[in-house]
Amino acid sequence: MIKFLLNNNIVSTLLPAGTLLLDFVRYHQHLHGTKIGCREGDCGACTVLVGSLNTQGQVVYRSATSCLMPIGNAQGKHIVTVEGTNIQGLNFIQQAFSNEGASQCGFCTPGFMVSLAGFCLQANEEPTYEQGIDAVNGNICRCTGYKSIERAIGTIANKLTTRQQESAVDFAVNNQILPEYFKRIPDKLMALQTELSVVPNNPASPMSIVGGGTDLYVQKHDSMTERNDLYFAQRESHLSEIAQVNDLCFLGSGTTVTDIAESPIFKAHFEEWQAVIKLVSSTPIRNMATLAGNFINASPIGDFSILFLALDAQLQFASMGNTQARQLPLRKLYKGYKQLDKQPDEYVERIFFQLPDAQTKVNFEKVCKRTHLDIASVNTAICLHLHSDGTIAKAGLSAGGVAPVPAFLPKTSAYMEGKVPSRQLLNEVCALAQTEIAPIGDVRGSVAYKRLLLDQLIEAHFIKLFPKL
Amino acid sequence: MKNIDSYSHTRGESVYLDDIPVVQGTLYAACFDSQIAHGSIEHVDITEAEKMVGVVRILTYKDITGQNQIGGIIPDEPLFAEHHVHFCGMPIALVLAESDEIARKAVKKISVQITPLPIITNPREAFAKGSLTIPSRKFVLGNTEDAWKQCAYIFEGVANTNGQEHLYIETQGAYALPAEQGGLKIYSSTQGPTAVQRAVSKVTGLPMHQIEIDVTRLGGGFGGKEDQANTWAALCALGALVTKRPVKYSLHRMEDMRMTGKRNPYTTDYKIGLSSDFSILAYEATFYQNSGAAADLSPAILERTLFHCTNSYYIPNVTATAISCKTHLPPNTAFRGFGGPQGMFVIEAAIVQAAEKLGVDAKIIQSKNLLQTGNELPYGQKVVSEAIPCWEKAVKTYQLAELEAQINQFNNNNKWLKKGLSLMPICFGISFTNTLMNQARALVHIYTDGSIVISTGAVEMGQGVNTKILQVAAHILSVSTSRIKVNSTNTYRIANTSPSAASATADLNGRATQIACEALLDRLKNVAATELNVLPETITILNEIVYANGEPTDLSWEKLVITTHNKRISLSEHGHYATPEIHFDKTKEKGHPFAYHVYGTAITTVTLDCLRGTYTIDAVQLVHDFGTSMNPLIDRGQIEGGLVQGIGWMTMEEVVYDAAGKLRSNALSTYKVPDIYSVPSVIDITFLETVQDNLAIFKSKAVGEPPLMYGIGTYFAIRNAIRSFNPASCPAFDAPFTPEKVLLALYPEKANAYNQ
Repeated sequence: MIKFLLNNNIVSTLLPAGTLLLDFVRYHQHLHGTKIGCREGDCGACTVLVGSLNTQGQVVYRSATSCLMPIGNAQGKHIVTVEGTNIQGLNFIQQAFSNEGASQCGFCTPGFMVSLAGFCLQANEEPTYEQGIDAVNGNICRCTGYKSIERAIGTIANKLTTRQQESAVDFAVNNQILPEYFKRIPDKLMALQTELSVVPNNPASPMSIVGGGTDLYVQKHDSMTERNDLYFAQRESHLSEIAQVNDLCFLGSGTTVTDIAESPIFKAHFEEWQAVIKLVSSTPIRNMATLAGNFINASPIGDFSILFLALDAQLQFASMGNTQARQLPLRKLYKGYKQLDKQPDEYVERIFFQLPDAQTKVNFEKVCKRTHLDIASVNTAICLHLHSDGTIAKAGLSAGGVAPVPAFLPKTSAYMEGKVPSRQLLNEVCALAQTEIAPIGDVRGSVAYKRLLLDQLIEAHFIKLFPKL
Repeated sequence: MKNIDSYSHTRGESVYLDDIPVVQGTLYAACFDSQIAHGSIEHVDITEAEKMVGVVRILTYKDITGQNQIGGIIPDEPLFAEHHVHFCGMPIALVLAESDEIARKAVKKISVQITPLPIITNPREAFAKGSLTIPSRKFVLGNTEDAWKQCAYIFEGVANTNGQEHLYIETQGAYALPAEQGGLKIYSSTQGPTAVQRAVSKVTGLPMHQIEIDVTRLGGGFGGKEDQANTWAALCALGALVTKRPVKYSLHRMEDMRMTGKRNPYTTDYKIGLSSDFSILAYEATFYQNSGAAADLSPAILERTLFHCTNSYYIPNVTATAISCKTHLPPNTAFRGFGGPQGMFVIEAAIVQAAEKLGVDAKIIQSKNLLQTGNELPYGQKVVSEAIPCWEKAVKTYQLAELEAQINQFNNNNKWLKKGLSLMPICFGISFTNTLMNQARALVHIYTDGSIVISTGAVEMGQGVNTKILQVAAHILSVSTSRIKVNSTNTYRIANTSPSAASATADLNGRATQIACEALLDRLKNVAATELNVLPETITILNEIVYANGEPTDLSWEKLVITTHNKRISLSEHGHYATPEIHFDKTKEKGHPFAYHVYGTAITTVTLDCLRGTYTIDAVQLVHDFGTSMNPLIDRGQIEGGLVQGIGWMTMEEVVYDAAGKLRSNALSTYKVPDIYSVPSVIDITFLETVQDNLAIFKSKAVGEPPLMYGIGTYFAIRNAIRSFNPASCPAFDAPFTPEKVLLALYPEKANAYNQ
């Protein structure tokens, strides 16, 4: 049984845990404000908020595209649809959109309303206009050209800057941003959590593990929605931890991209971390998608696969069956297009890698048709450990979109070791990298483009890491 | 005034097709469509699908009760494939099932044997093989043959524009319910309720009066639901008629993308001739339009390409030929601008080519040749021009000279980042080019409590037309807007409507509303005059109070209305409007087809990352000819939205079909439209307010389509930035300028090496 708080009501259902939240909300709960635009997380018309209790008993809200979210992942959560943000008359967000003409055909509008409700519920000390924009970066509008939306967000962000000691929820309720019932949600969720603590996550014999669902529900939509034999990684707190032990960082497989984005460990060890994160999908997808999911779906252009190949991440497998637990370098996972060194009953439990130190330089590059919320034509990451004399001690170079798998370039990486970064080395690296790739022409670019682009992005690595070259 | 729908939109309470409460017994439809672009059907096997529990019926062409035909302009498009398939996505069968899930599962169990036939996707190949949709059209002004001899400079080239997916966020769909006496009520997400009614009538064999089409609103249209909504309505109608049960079909995104047509791609040969002082003396263009597998609206789109082939310029000698080439792609269709943008791109490319070869700035040639009042366009209409005022105001308001100096300095100081700038003037004709379509009707009822309801032929799809119509009525009758409701668009209330298209919807339906309200007002004034014992001419109504000789009386709106009713005088009026002055003779290709033209000039600045081949649009600063805007909030939204859609067409939106005619950019993951980060950092809009009379509603010029064409400026700004990095680069005129094309143009030699 799945049970959660939908707006201000407890709902429970015996529908399969794989049922999509979008279908449940629209066709079973008859809340039609949540719209269907694409069913693959690329338009945001179906955005909802997912509220989870944190260890301090506060509710943390994140946006999600309900078209990719199984109701199994809603268990015990507070799900907010546009209807759940309505008050008597227009709320402050709605009024701002109305005033600025930021809603034309209106079909995408509920998604924007919900995303911005999420922005207003963030516990930031200093909410900014840019954060307001980031909150809607997964929402596509085909009518307005976004300028009126930007103006409306300006008004909303200004309002939030007047927030002082109040909690985000209290401020939102007291300023007609959200309805009053939000104040009572923590208690309700707490009670629900207690009640559900006896409900097991996994059925008797789980057949598949589900992370965020953001790839599974795009690739295998039809076979997923009727399934009950699913194990939900994000319901296990031990799979959602990020921890540092000495110079190693451990990540549970249920860790989402947003968890990583907000992690102090990552912020401390990676330069321009937020700029890298911004190139990866959109806010709602980052809120749902897991690192392990990105690795295992084996997309040849998975952004985090590429980054963590360069970082030489290690996978710790556990099993739902009889296979022994084991460890495997990510660099050895990919055998061919969507073929993995992984048994069907194995799943990734943890990932760990060595955190970059002062002598380590890391860079990630990605180019696609649309800079944000798009899949790369080519992406690439580099990780260089330097000796104190500036020579390269250890090198990792990876590239996506240029092979049937997310590609680690072993020869090129090895070639760099022992050498001093220079223009000449750059040219040699580019030439060697070309021998290790086999791009195909497709909707994301021709072969010539992908080859040229990889050259350019390797040059970009060098220019960024060694500006004096 | 704010958009009247914004209240329910922002609360998630607006009702779109898929939100209509489902009637008990409703069946769900799903289409089995061709995976082969061209071939003959040997066998369709539906036996496995039919056996599935929950499948009620599977329809093919054999089940059609009327004609298997939905072509609007030309009857060349079967609803269901019979013996041949002509494009990937062509409907072959329709499953009707107890649920959406069952219907979709059943579709996967249908199989078809098709013997492949040769596939044409390229319009030039279609032309070479004589595969045309309609005979070619030619517009001639002056004599280009003679004029070439006068030209100091002549340049020739090729310019291509690709298609564009509409990507209305609400997909296509329809919901048909059997009505008594064999009729049908159909909810349709359509811009053309009457077109749907006609198509359903033809397919079912029912007379039009048995078919009620109702449209509350669309979640975006942009031309994509002008004729292409017919298919889904006709399928549902047939299903409802055959099963006697309601039938609903709301398309999934990938079905919508692969089964519907897009903006017509064009490839064009041009030749431009200039005098030594850069006057354009002659222009020839041969447009090869890719119509796809059926005519759909392509013949009308083709015509508008010719109407706008010289954009905002006066060229005394023009020969423009347009050829609609039939290929094996889904039938292409209307998209904001309707062939105009495709025409304008080519003349801009020709001017840029001339400028680059002559070593002058394109704006020298552009500004030299702008239309002046009294100039004749290739189709014979003499214009009332705002082209020069818009251009000059843009240059002055946005300090073009300083902008250019800053860009030069930036480019000198930066190795990897280069800026580029362009100017894009526009001139767009307002009216349906098919003169007979320029008519509309409005039905206005005043109820005895003083409240008012208006029905028109206009379909609300986000453009704010209902708000404007409400404004018209509130203004004429001088009542509070809260007294007025604009009803859904319904073929039983308003018959024989033109589609909501051609930017003219507010003009036509607004004028019809005005006529109806004025007639009602006259009637009310007469009653008031009798009541107050004064002459009707002395009566005015202001803010719901009747005034006699300028003095308020105690006759209120409500009292006047009930008095009128009690006197057995009608409180209802059906207004009819037909645009005056317009005409066009297709046999001569001359006339005065447009009520008026809309003008403007945009200055676009972009920054190019020459290392990665990516770009950002810094600013689009424009002056637009609004006439006298009756709703600046809505009109500004149309400019911003149209501009960004045009930028999308010119930059990241790339429709990709493979050689087999299969759509590769078939989802939002592979077809990218602008997101909030990719739009220009700055969009400045300056209103060119003109007060002279025009045929627009309340002098407020049409604003739907024209701004899309400002987006063309982005293409040429990117080109200028590329040439600033690599002056030797001379990329083909081939829109969109994707990051791929940009990088290949920045490094043509390296790119060539990799192409070997």
